[in-house]
Amino acid sequence: MLSSWNKSIKQNPIMADITAGIVVFPGSNCDHDTEYAVASFSGVRPVMLWHNEHDLQGADVIILPGGFSYGDYLRAGAIARFSPIMQEVIEFARKGYPVLGICNGFQVLLECGLLEGALSRNRDKKFICSQTAISVVNTETIFTGLYRQGEVLSIPIAHGEGNYFAPPEVIRRLEENNQIVFRYCDPEGNLTPESNPNGSIGNIAGIVNREGNVLGLMPHPERASDPLLGSGDGRRLFESVFGCIVGGSVTG
Amino acid sequence: MPFNAKIKVTLRQSILDVQGKAVEHALKNLGYTTVDSARIGKYIEVSINEVDRHEAERICNEICQKLLSNPVMENYAFELEQVN
Repeated sequence: MLSSWNKSIKQNPIMADITAGIVVFPGSNCDHDTEYAVASFSGVRPVMLWHNEHDLQGADVIILPGGFSYGDYLRAGAIARFSPIMQEVIEFARKGYPVLGICNGFQVLLECGLLEGALSRNRDKKFICSQTAISVVNTETIFTGLYRQGEVLSIPIAHGEGNYFAPPEVIRRLEENNQIVFRYCDPEGNLTPESNPNGSIGNIAGIVNREGNVLGLMPHPERASDPLLGSGDGRRLFESVFGCIVGGSVTG
Repeated sequence: MPFNAKIKVTLRQSILDVQGKAVEHALKNLGYTTVDSARIGKYIEVSINEVDRHEAERICNEICQKLLSNPVMENYAFELEQVN
């Protein structure tokens, strides 16, 4: 799937300027962090897309940022999923364009069915805000092409509901189709129960859809995209996807 | 005459209910040693302006599946009462 996606991009060369659409829900709080991270790449222009709008403003990639959309009322992401802009985002994703959901954005992607499974409350009842080690277990995606297989990244997490759950048959399918992209690990890259911060099945921290164009993850790559923030490990995630859009001419 | 739907959304048994666990521990700490478990769900009241009970039931099922519960990890049940 990835190769066919890349092929179609190469057949239609895209100008070096990329528009990254960042959706803003009432209660989003990582929208400006994401804007900051995205704007640091030359040739990439962030546009903020208000939840009540229908226009994706020519975005080449859509990012659903972290936060507490609609106050997390009912369930995290449950109400955001029905906002006007999300109807356009769902359409955009179904056409094969790249969509990235971070933290609350991941919760929204699960609620709207673009990704499978659900996120429930953290195993240890706590909201966790800490630097976390994750292993890149799949570099065959448009979001992770610039990482090494098994590379350990230091990326912050900040969530109360990040305990990934899916029925066994879904987990099996995700494994078979290589849809699991990130897993929580210890600093050496071992997938241990102790390094699982929230109780997620199989230490799962991030997954892609079957087509490979929609990624959801709980860790915050935008908060690890500038060495001043303590880690620049999240940077290559954005660079990978921007690079796929222009065929590799984005510079950091 | 409208219907009043009393909807209960509960976590599936296979899902760890950390809120329920915390309440269960608090109750045990209060000395209620016979309390075995506590589980927390949601109670939602929806007023539906329909005359036909079947239609009100259909709407109720639809909104529970679409928005009020997440079928991946929750179950729902409801009672419909006609309001005079």
